[in-house]
Amino acid sequence: MSRDTILNSIRRGLKRGPLPADQKAMLDSRLMAHPTHIIPARSRLPRPQQVALFIANLEKEFATAARVPDADSVPAAVADYLAAQNLPARFAMAPHPMLAAMPWDRFPMLSFEARRGQGSDQASLQHGFAGIAETGTLMLPSAPERPTSLNLLPDAAMVVLRASDIVGAYEEAWAKLRATNQDALTGGFMPRNVMLVTGPSRSADIEQTLELGAHGPRNLHVIIVDDDPAAIPDALA
Amino acid sequence: MMQVHSPQFKERASAALADAPLQKALTRFRDGFQAKRAAAVAGLPEFEALRDVARDIKNHTLAHLDFYLERYADNVERAGGVVHWCPTADDARAAVLKICQDAGARTVTKGKSMISEELGINAHLEAHGMEPVETDLGEYILQVRDEPPSHIIAPAFHLNREDWEDSFRRAHTELPADREFHERRDILTEARARLRNKFLTADVGITGANFLIAETGTSVIVTNEGNGDLTQTLPRVHIVLASIEKMVPTLEDACTFIRLLARSATGQDLSVYTTFSTGHRREPDLDGPEEYHVVLIDNGRSGMLGTEFQDMLRCIRCAACMNHCPVYGAIGGHAYGWVYPGPMGSVLTPTLKGVDKAGHLPNASTFCGRCESVCPVKIPLPSLMRHWREREFERHLTPPVARRALGFWAWFAKRPAAYRLATRLGARTLKLLGRGRGAFQSLPFAGGWTAGRDLPVPEGGTFMAQYARRQRGKT
Ligand code: SF4
Repeated sequence: MSRDTILNSIRRGLKRGPLPADQKAMLDSRLMAHPTHIIPARSRLPRPQQVALFIANLEKEFATAARVPDADSVPAAVADYLAAQNLPARFAMAPHPMLAAMPWDRFPMLSFEARRGQGSDQASLQHGFAGIAETGTLMLPSAPERPTSLNLLPDAAMVVLRASDIVGAYEEAWAKLRATNQDALTGGFMPRNVMLVTGPSRSADIEQTLELGAHGPRNLHVIIVDDDPAAIPDALA
Repeated sequence: MMQVHSPQFKERASAALADAPLQKALTRFRDGFQAKRAAAVAGLPEFEALRDVARDIKNHTLAHLDFYLERYADNVERAGGVVHWCPTADDARAAVLKICQDAGARTVTKGKSMISEELGINAHLEAHGMEPVETDLGEYILQVRDEPPSHIIAPAFHLNREDWEDSFRRAHTELPADREFHERRDILTEARARLRNKFLTADVGITGANFLIAETGTSVIVTNEGNGDLTQTLPRVHIVLASIEKMVPTLEDACTFIRLLARSATGQDLSVYTTFSTGHRREPDLDGPEEYHVVLIDNGRSGMLGTEFQDMLRCIRCAACMNHCPVYGAIGGHAYGWVYPGPMGSVLTPTLKGVDKAGHLPNASTFCGRCESVCPVKIPLPSLMRHWREREFERHLTPPVARRALGFWAWFAKRPAAYRLATRLGARTLKLLGRGRGAFQSLPFAGGWTAGRDLPVPEGGTFMAQYARRQRGKT
C-alpha cells in the first residue's frame, strides 16, 4: 500500500522501525500540551496600548478603523463608511446574532441581506472573532454565522470587532478558539476554515510594485466596538 | 512534467547576462527584496531566536515524520477529508486526475504551488481535456505566455510592464484596441475581471500548502492576493497538493513559522491571508467545498532523510536565499533550468532530479554564505552545495580540466603554508595583470570560470591576509 511505502521509506531513512509505544505516547502528550515558544514582546502591553497597536498595524497594512462606543452605534458607522467610499448603501451581512441584534431599523436607507458572499457584492459586513495586535490581524473562523465568502468576494469588506476580543499574539487568539469553539463534525475546536486577514488584498507581481485589490477586497474597514472599559484610552473615557 | 534544462546552465547563464530586459528586472528585484527583509527583521528583536526555534521544530518533526504523518492523516479523515498517499510524481498526477475526472471537472482553478510545477499538473490535466487556470497574478501571466516561473514567490518578476500589456492584448482577443494599459492598475483590473469569472465557475480548486498541521489535520496556505482562498472556497472540490516535509505538529508550532515566513520572503510582518483549512464544508455552513482531498507527495523526500541532505527538508520555500544570492541576482531563475532556482534549487534539483542532470548547479555559487545567513530555518546551503560538488567530482562528472585544477587546489589546501604563499603570489600577479580594469573576462587556466563569469581583480591581498588584518584591527 502506498501509505506503507512512504512510511517505510521514511523509517529506512531514519534507520529505525515504527516508533515504540512509549515514544508515541510522549509525542502524543506533546500534541496534547501544544507548548508555545518564543512570543514576541511587542504586543505585551496594557490594554489601551494593545488596542492602539492593533489599529496602528491595521493602518500600516492599508486597512482602516473606526471606533464606536457600543453595538448600537454600528449601523451609523456602516452608513458613514459606505457614503465616504461612494458605495451604494447596500451590503451582504453575516447571519451572526450580534449583527442581527443591531438597530438597523433606525437606518431605513441601508439595505442588506444576511447571507454568504456573491461574485457581484460591492460591500460586506462580517463578524470578527478576534483581533491580533501583533500584526493588526483579524481571525475569522468559518461558521454558519460567519461565511468565508464574505471575506473574499466584495470590493469593500467591513468587519465588526469587539475591543474585548482584541488580543496580543497569535497564540492568544488560538487559545480563545480552543476554549470557545466546538466543531459539529469532529467534536474538536477547529472549524473547516480559519482565515487570518491582515489588510486588503494586494499583489506585487507586476514589476515588484504593490497594488491593492488583487482578487479579494480592495478595502478593509474594521469597526471596533468599545465594550471593554479597560481598553479605552484616557482621552476617550 | 517540466523538462530539466539544468545541464545547459552555463549557456543559459551567459544568455541571461546579455538579456537587457531581464537585467532591468533584476535590478528592481535585488533592491526591493533585500531592503524589505532587512526592515522587517529589524522590527522584530526576537527574529534570530525564532530561527533557532524553527530549525528545532522542523528537526523534531523530521525525526518523527512517520508518526506525525499518521496523526495528520487520521485527523484529516475525521474532518471528512481524503488523504491520497503518493510515493512518486506519477502517483500524484494520477490521483489528481482521478479526483478531477470523478468530479466531472472541466475548469480547474489553481492557487500558486511549486509542487504543482514540480509534478507538471497543468500539462497532465490539459492532456486529458481539462482547462487548468492559474489564478496567482504572476502564474497567470506565465500560463498565458507559456513560460515557467523564474522565482518561487515572485514567479513573473522577470517581466516588465510592456510584456504584461503585450501578452494580455494577444491572449484576451476581444479587448478593444483602444483599451489602455498605461498603469499597472489597468493590468490588475483586467486580470481581476478575467479571473473572477473563472473562480465562480470552476469545478475543482487546487492549492498547495505551506504547512500541514498534525494536531488538527489542517493545511495552511499563505497568499497576498486572496486567489488561493477563492480557489479553495468556491468550487465544489478542493485538492491540496502537499509534500510530506510540510508537516509541523501543532498550531503553536505553526505560529513560529508564520512569524518568519513573510518577513523572510516579502518583508511583510504577515502576508494578507494566512488560511487554515480542515476538511470539507460542515453541514450547516453556507459555503466551502463539499469534498476535501489531500494529495500527499513523497517524490524523493524520504530518500533525503538520514543523508547529509536531510537539513534541506526544513525549507519553507521563502526565497530569501535566492533574493540574497549574487549569482541568482545576476542571472535570474530561468538559467537554473528547473522548478527550483537559486541556492535552495542548487541543492534540491540534483537531489530530486539526479546529479547527472543537475550536477552543475552547485557550482553556481560564490560560497559567500549570504543564503545561509538569511535562511529562516538555518539550512547550511553552502556546505550542502559543497557536498554535491564532492559527489559530482567522485562520479567524474566534472570536466577533466576542472578536476585537475581541483586536485591541484586540494594538494595546497592540505598544506596551509604552501597555500598561503601561492595565493599571495597569485593575487599579486593578478593585480599587476589586471591594473586599470575591474574584472578579467578571460584568464589562462581558468577558462571554465571566466567563460560564465568575470573574475573580479583581487584587491592585492588574500582573503586570509585581510581576515588576519581585520582581526588585529578589532582588538
Ligand atoms: S533554503 Fe531557506 S532561505 Fe531558501 S527558500 Fe528554503 S527556507 Fe527560504
